[in-house]
Amino acid sequence: MNNKPVSPSTGSEPPSRDIKTIVNAGLKRRHAAERRFRWYGLIAISLGLAFVVLMFANIISKGYPAFWQTYIELPIVFDPAVIDPDGQHDPKALENADYAALVRTSLRQLFPQVEGRHNLRALYGLISSNAPFTLRAQILANPALIGTHQSVWVLASAPVDTFVKGNISRDLDEAHRPIKDQEITWIDQLTTDGRLKQRFNTILFNHGDSREPEQAGIRGALMGSLYTLLVTFLLSFPIGVATAVYLEEFAPKNPWTDLIEVNINNLAAVPSIVFGLLGLAVFINFFGLPRSAPLVGGLVLSLMTLPVIIIAGRAALTSVPPSIREAALGMGASKLQMVGHHVLPLAMPGMLTGSIIGMARALGESAPLLMIGMVAFIVDVPRSLFDPATVLPVQIYLWADLPERAFVERTSAAIMVLLGFMILMNGLAIILRKRFERRW
Amino acid sequence: MNQHKLILAMAAAYALSGVAYAQSARDYISIVGSSTVYPFSTTVAEQFGKTHSKFKTPKVESTGTGGGFKLFCSGIGVQYPDISNASRKIKSSEVETCAKNGVADIVEVKIGYDGIVIASSKKAQSIALTRKDLWLALAKEVPEPSTGKLVANPFKTWKDVNPKLPTHKIEVLGPPPTSGTRDAFVELVMDEGCKDFPAIQELEKSDKQKAKAACGAIREDGAYIEAGENDNLIVNKLVSNPNALGIFGFSFLEENLDKIQGETVDGVPPDFEDIASGKYPVSRPLFFYVKKAHVEVIPGMKEYIAEFTSEKAAGDEGYLSNKGLIPLPSAERKQVAADANNLKTLAP
Repeated sequence: MNNKPVSPSTGSEPPSRDIKTIVNAGLKRRHAAERRFRWYGLIAISLGLAFVVLMFANIISKGYPAFWQTYIELPIVFDPAVIDPDGQHDPKALENADYAALVRTSLRQLFPQVEGRHNLRALYGLISSNAPFTLRAQILANPALIGTHQSVWVLASAPVDTFVKGNISRDLDEAHRPIKDQEITWIDQLTTDGRLKQRFNTILFNHGDSREPEQAGIRGALMGSLYTLLVTFLLSFPIGVATAVYLEEFAPKNPWTDLIEVNINNLAAVPSIVFGLLGLAVFINFFGLPRSAPLVGGLVLSLMTLPVIIIAGRAALTSVPPSIREAALGMGASKLQMVGHHVLPLAMPGMLTGSIIGMARALGESAPLLMIGMVAFIVDVPRSLFDPATVLPVQIYLWADLPERAFVERTSAAIMVLLGFMILMNGLAIILRKRFERRW
Repeated sequence: MNQHKLILAMAAAYALSGVAYAQSARDYISIVGSSTVYPFSTTVAEQFGKTHSKFKTPKVESTGTGGGFKLFCSGIGVQYPDISNASRKIKSSEVETCAKNGVADIVEVKIGYDGIVIASSKKAQSIALTRKDLWLALAKEVPEPSTGKLVANPFKTWKDVNPKLPTHKIEVLGPPPTSGTRDAFVELVMDEGCKDFPAIQELEKSDKQKAKAACGAIREDGAYIEAGENDNLIVNKLVSNPNALGIFGFSFLEENLDKIQGETVDGVPPDFEDIASGKYPVSRPLFFYVKKAHVEVIPGMKEYIAEFTSEKAAGDEGYLSNKGLIPLPSAERKQVAADANNLKTLAP
């Protein structure tokens, strides 16, 4: 053993730099690093906010005019010779009468100077093709109007509406605008006579889809979204909660449950179109459920939402402290009682939050619905889970693809409504969390 | 325990309502198919629903022509669509699939023409295009001027293609290969534009398949930009990029004449009259196909066909022409309407 003797300690020498100088030397650099980091964060957030503001400003400035709609007042003579030649007030005759003729007569009276087939056609084009149906509805509701003079506010056609809102410039060369010079003089005359007004666009909220922009509404899509989400919630919430509870509280820890867990996490990341294909193969082709129905849409979207709810539910359950479980068991509660009476109520706010966020995602989904036929033109507002329906994001997609200029603003308006619902749902999730969540 | 009962009751309710559905028939017409015909088909569907209050408004799905035929030819019965819209004629392979699934009698109705326009921003100088120049600018391989051999397309600017054209970069926004508009563009412009080149003519003699591929292949080096199926998007991109050209349907040009201009092709401008008369070379017929076996079963089908082929809709001044459909010549229109209303089926 040739242990070297321990060399004499250098401890007696003073350290070349004491701890304070070391800290001080680095302090400036560290402070600078922190300041830089704060700045990075601030820049990142303001950039994000700037984009959000830009997006909202763009959508709102484009979509705001859609909440207003131009109406034109026409003096209508409900001529019995046109509507009811027999004088019988036969509902069938009243239904099939030529109301368009009344509109044409009224327009010719307002503008007696207009002559020639081409010009008259342009004149009739000021009024929406819906006007005769407005008159028909009035007569069917009240046949006593026959023979009277009434002034009726009818929808202006979409190009007139777009022009009145200032989206078509007067200064353009005539050949390049949908509204020609003579039409501008007519519109100006109507405006000075007080026969042209903008009103709140109730049609946007009361009507189903239409190919005429001025008659198109989102009622059908809203109801479709509502039915679809109802099915999604009724299916995915109970199943999701039950799965989360079983996996977290009852299931044994073994390779099988591990496998299931991995799969659930995987499913949450699967592209939604895959669920659409699955829905087409299983629900429509195998079970023979109807195409385009909110029922099938809801089934597909619940497949998509389930993993989200299960994962959120399990997280909520794990956040309940074990002491609560132990106390319940110690008092003699069975395992089911322990879960049902104590753990689940405490975890519920977290589970609801997760579900609402999952539902908000389902509300904004359109890709999986393409496969099951919900990307469709549907005029009638759906009345049941089996009626053909479409949903809000699909309506936006369909309108964005149409050539008519007036659909641009309606697309943005529909986006605003969708965003409104999203904010509502996410806000609800935050309120639930703030009010009921308990921290230990 | 109450919750469990609730869940059970709900499940039972769903099961019962499912059974109830399976027994009831469909009381509305189901239409699928081309996104090009969609704007016209939906307009007719809406008019039909309004004028015939005893029928429900038909449901129109936009699935693309091919996707539409796939659904249409799946079989006979309420779960299958009644009508398929198409921006091209039905293929013989599709007729065979139909026949295999029991869809034997199909009625073909030609509704009119759709022009495909090549447009640019109003701010840009308009350029007079020919199909030959378009092919040279967009083909994947073009004949080398000296040897005549096919080489990868070397042209960067329009001036390279034809000295009379402006100097800016070749940049064309158009539909992706899944689109019917792209198929029609290839057939009407590319296949025609390549014909005059000796290299292609020689290839045509030796290997027809290869010649067709050489004509129809569009370059993938960034000069042709696939802009997705949304034509409004292409219009907006043209406005922000005056050097680019865009390819899309005539109705989008008509709605946006304040922002964009249609370029002439072979000297003919893309306007209503020239497309209707057949002078404008890039236009294609549009169709819809009716399943005859469904006509008596689904309420309103005869009336829908009558509405679509009426003068009020498809005529020279019909409401479809306002939506951008180019009507058939008057004599052909009468013949088509008569055949359609008599449910004359496709010749086998």
